[in-house]
Order: sequence, then C-alpha cells, then structure tokens
Amino acid sequence: MGGRTLIDKIWDEHVIAELEDGLDLLHVDRHLVTDVTSPGAFATLSKRSVEVLTPELTFGSPEHSVTILAGRTEDSNPMSRDFVPLMRRNFAEHGLTLFDIDSPDQGIVHVIGPELGLTLPGTTVVCGDSHTCTNGGLGALGFGIGTTELAHVLATQSLVQRRPSMMRITFTGRLAPRVEPKDLILSTISRLGADAGAGRAIEFAGPVIEELAAEQRMTICNLAVELGAKIGLIAPDDITFEYVESRRYAPKGELFETAIEYWRGLVSDADAVFDREEVIDAGIVGPQITWGTSPAHSIPLDGRVPDPASAPDRTTQGQWAQALEYMDVEPGQSLDGLPIQWVFIGSCTNARLSDLETAAAVIRGRTVSPNVRALVVPGSSAVKRAAEAKGLDDIFTDAGFEWGEPGCGLCPGLGGVTLEPGERCVSTSNRNFMGRQGAGVRTHLAGAATAALSAIEGSIADVRRG
Amino acid sequence: MEAFTVVRGPAAPLMLPDINTDILYPGRRSGNRLPAGKGDLGLDAFGPLRYLPDGSENPSFVLNQDRFRGAPILLAAQNFGCGSSREHAVWALRALGIRCVIAISFGDIFFGNCFQNGMLPIVLGDEVLHSLAEEAASGQPLEVNLQSLVLTSPRGNPISFAVNPTRRLQLLEGLDELDVGLRRRDLITAFQQADRRSRPWVYEVPGVASAT
Repeated sequence: MGGRTLIDKIWDEHVIAELEDGLDLLHVDRHLVTDVTSPGAFATLSKRSVEVLTPELTFGSPEHSVTILAGRTEDSNPMSRDFVPLMRRNFAEHGLTLFDIDSPDQGIVHVIGPELGLTLPGTTVVCGDSHTCTNGGLGALGFGIGTTELAHVLATQSLVQRRPSMMRITFTGRLAPRVEPKDLILSTISRLGADAGAGRAIEFAGPVIEELAAEQRMTICNLAVELGAKIGLIAPDDITFEYVESRRYAPKGELFETAIEYWRGLVSDADAVFDREEVIDAGIVGPQITWGTSPAHSIPLDGRVPDPASAPDRTTQGQWAQALEYMDVEPGQSLDGLPIQWVFIGSCTNARLSDLETAAAVIRGRTVSPNVRALVVPGSSAVKRAAEAKGLDDIFTDAGFEWGEPGCGLCPGLGGVTLEPGERCVSTSNRNFMGRQGAGVRTHLAGAATAALSAIEGSIADVRRG
Repeated sequence: MEAFTVVRGPAAPLMLPDINTDILYPGRRSGNRLPAGKGDLGLDAFGPLRYLPDGSENPSFVLNQDRFRGAPILLAAQNFGCGSSREHAVWALRALGIRCVIAISFGDIFFGNCFQNGMLPIVLGDEVLHSLAEEAASGQPLEVNLQSLVLTSPRGNPISFAVNPTRRLQLLEGLDELDVGLRRRDLITAFQQADRRSRPWVYEVPGVASAT
C-alpha cells in the first residue's frame, strides 16, 4: 500500500463506518453554526423531537444577518431582528454554546473558530457555510454543508460523505514585496479555473506556504472553494501549534502535549499519491484585481481585461462576454485607475488583525477619496479589540473609513448597507458573483492593501505605486 | 422527500459555466424566513439573469421563453451550483419546477444538497451535453429515467448515465437520510467512546460541560 496524504489521514481517523458505494459515515469534531442557514435544521429537529447528540461540540455566532454599522443591535435591521433571537432560542433549547451579538466573542464563525481554539489541527469542522474550508489553515478538515446535512450533524454528530479525490498545489519561489496571500490564491484560481478542484480536496504546500503566518494560511484555504473544492488545507506545523496554544478552548497542559504529538504526524507521506498536482511559482505573482463575475476572472494590476475571443472554450466565451457587459469593462482595458464608489475591507477572507494592519499601513496619514464610501469591518469582536489596542481604528477613521461591527456584512450583500445598481466596489471578500453585493453591483476582488489604496485614490490602484 | 423515478419534459439549455448559487438564489435574500416560504423562493431564482435592472423579465433568458417556462430539466455547462452551501439554491430550483440538472460538472456542496431534496444532478461529457442542448433547443421533451439510468434525447437517442447507487436509491424511494442517520446513533456513540480514549483533546473542551 502506498503512502497516505494528509487529508487521507484525517479522513481515516473520522470514519465511523464504511457504507456502501464509496460513502463513509464521518464523525464531526466541531460544528460551527451561523444564524441564517441553521433555522431550517432546528425546525427539523423540533418536528421530530430529536435532541442534539453531542451539544458540547457545537458552537455558533450570529454573523450573516447582523448590521455591521457602529451602534448596531439585533433590531438594527429586519433580518437580524428575525434571526438573532431565533438562534438564541434554538441554542438555549439544545444547550449549545452561543457567542451572541453582544458577546465579546461574537464574530464570523471562520474567524472565531480558530481564534477561540475551537478549530484544531486534525479535526473535522463543518458549518452551513461554504467557506468552512478557511479552517484548513490550521490543518483542520473543514467543509461547508447544506441545511439538511446540518440537521444530520446536530442529530448524529456525523455525515455521510464521499471521500474526495486528492489534489496538491505546491507554491515555489517567494512572494514579491507588497503581494499578499490573497493575490497568490486569486492568481491561482485564474490560472487553474473555478472548477479545478471540483470533487477534490486540496492540500496547499511548498516553501511559500511554510513561511506564511497562520492567519495568512486561512486566507489561502478560504478560497479553496472558489477553486471548486469543498476542502482546502495546510499541514500543521510549529507555526500552527504556536497559534493554537493557550487559546481558550484549545486543549491545555498534558492534553495539549498529547495532541501535538499526534498533530506532528499530520503530513502527507513522501510516497503519497495525488490525483492532480500543480506547482506554481509564487515569485511571478503580482497584486491582483478581478475584472469579471467569477473569482477566476482575476488579472494582475498591470494586466489587461481579456478578450472573449481568447477564451478556452465556447461556454467560457459566452460567460466572459456576459461578465464584460455586467461589469461594464472592455477587452484590453487596464483596470488601474477605474473609478469606484465603495471599498469593503472585511469578510472571512481578509478581516483578521494582520489584514487590518496591512490596510492601515497603506492609509496612515492619508484621506479617503470624497467619491468613495469605505468600510472596515473586523472579522470578530476580538479582532476589533486587538486593532483598537493598536490604534488602528483611529488610523482608519482619521482617513475617513467607517469602523464597523463584526459580521459578514457587504460580502454577501448584507449587514444593513445597500449598494446601488451599477456601483463599483473593491472588496477584500471572496465572491464577485453577479448581484452578490446587491442587484447590478460590480464587485472587484482584491487584497487588503489594494483595497485600502483604492479607497484613497478613488479608483482601482496598484499598491506597488502607492 | 418527493421520490424521483421518471421525469419528462422540455430541457432548458443554459450553457454557461459557473452558474453560481448567488445566481440560483441571492444570499442577501436568504432572510426570507424558512420553512414558511419555500414556495416563494422561485421568485428570486436566477434573479440576476432572469430580470432586467428595472425588475421586468429579461426576454433573452431561457426560462423566460415560452417553450421553457416551467421546464423540469435544465442543461448547463461546467461547475453548475458553485459557490455557497446554501440549500436555498436547490429549493429555489425546485420551486420553479426543476427536478433534474444535467451539467458537465457541479459545485460539490450543491451536488450533495440536490439528493436531499428530490433533485437529480447528472454529469455528462462536454460533447454529449452540447449535442443534447442543440436537440433540446426546440423545446421537444427529454426523458430522464432514474430506474433504468437512461435518458432519452428529444430525437429519441438513448444516453446512459451514472449515479451513485446509494444516492439513486435515496431518490427513487424518497428516503430521508436523517431517518437512516438516527438509526445509527448507537454506532456513533460507540465510536465516540473509543475515539474519546485516543483523542481526548477533541472531546474535552475547556469550560464546556460534557453532556455525556
């Protein structure tokens, strides 16, 4: 028998039973719950009078429905007025741990999971949210599930899953100055395609990954799903263990030592076989911006919007033509200098302390363009406090940014803020889909530094200039 | 769950890649309360493609054309249903009357969600799918038979397809996975007891009382 991949090792550890037809019954170690996708599942439990099987492994926080503007309460918008109390009732009824809207631990679940030590290397983490792969940054096998599956997890702490095929993306070389992990992963999606990982689980590896901080690794894994893979993860190492140690819900003392010993074995064997392998030179990647309506529609800041005539196939040609029209950009156009109306720095992709530091370093002492409304929304209450302790909030507000309350906010077009059709937003989030940030809204995905500088200039800007 | 055996009707060709869940059902609409209004989800399905900026129907969108209005089958290209995990995407398609999506490839989470909701996702090759789309353009019906695993093109050509046998049975009998899962609770608890000994750090969460 050949060697096993990192993902195989974690998967095997969680198989409760091998079912027929290549399906496994998989144990769920951590269930993260959001406000918007869970009500249907709790309703299913009530209807059948079923209890949560292992309540101590379920944690949640309201994040999607909540307003992200200063001074918010659950009554600040109609959606959170519905969903926040509903979540509170459901959690109380089943004895689950809730980080409520006014809790010092509230936040986007993929930010607070790692931050609170809930997400641990080698665990399975599921959530009714496709960006659960973010947790892979710590070496957890995280993936998004639907509401029906969510009910299954609550009731049985398990899921019926097909083992994915294995893919590895190795990043060689070294990231150029002012190039963020976000740029690297956007460039990778553009190169490989939005379906490169369909049916696969992706391990990100190589010297570039090994040097990244834990938070940066989360950004890489966050966008695995935009490559089509439910799962993206990185082998845990000393950087991971140092991040996890002493977090509130992480194991302590002897238990932590036992865990580390086990976690050290979580690497792909030298003879492990991957169904698909890609090697990418990170050194040639520059700051990225998306021009179209898929995260795969990414170009370097000094690049040009592509011509549908050069698309790889007929259907992609049609998609590019549609995207050009929706985004109101032309083939051959440079996006550098394109006027914008909004900047959003936030989301489970880029709203950790290091992202806010990156953005603050760009804007310090400068002023947001009068034509732009710019928001910074920390990923969690803890990120917010840490940023405030460093004075980042002052840097942002002095520059003319709004300093928000934690939540998903503008990423899925929520948060109590409405963008108008035709408006252009540079966003550090993960999806530039048609209509996602609002009907007719044009989203350009970018890293934190690019978004920050674009707010200052009032147009899409190349950080290497700024 | 509604069983799926044979579905026959027009197959609407929407031959674009990456039809994502925000197109199928916008996330900012997911505030529509559930389970109260699943039926209404159909109104927002395909919103960005189906409606013009003024809210009127976009006549060039395939499901707005008379021959495909209410079509039970959809033909698509690569990566259909990519994006969010929200099951609203499947519910919205069901609310429009769609029972089967045939595509070159699917978003993984959407693909799984289909089987939980009486929706059959079928993977076919690029060439077969494009010729099927050409045949279906007239609005002539296509038949999908999950019993025999054969679909019959509008011109009568049989095309066989594959579905995971467990998932096939689930659809054919309208089985609810949760019912099966609940019967496995003893097995799961036994696993946890053993697992707790080898990986105690998973189960002993500091400050969180164990129910067991």
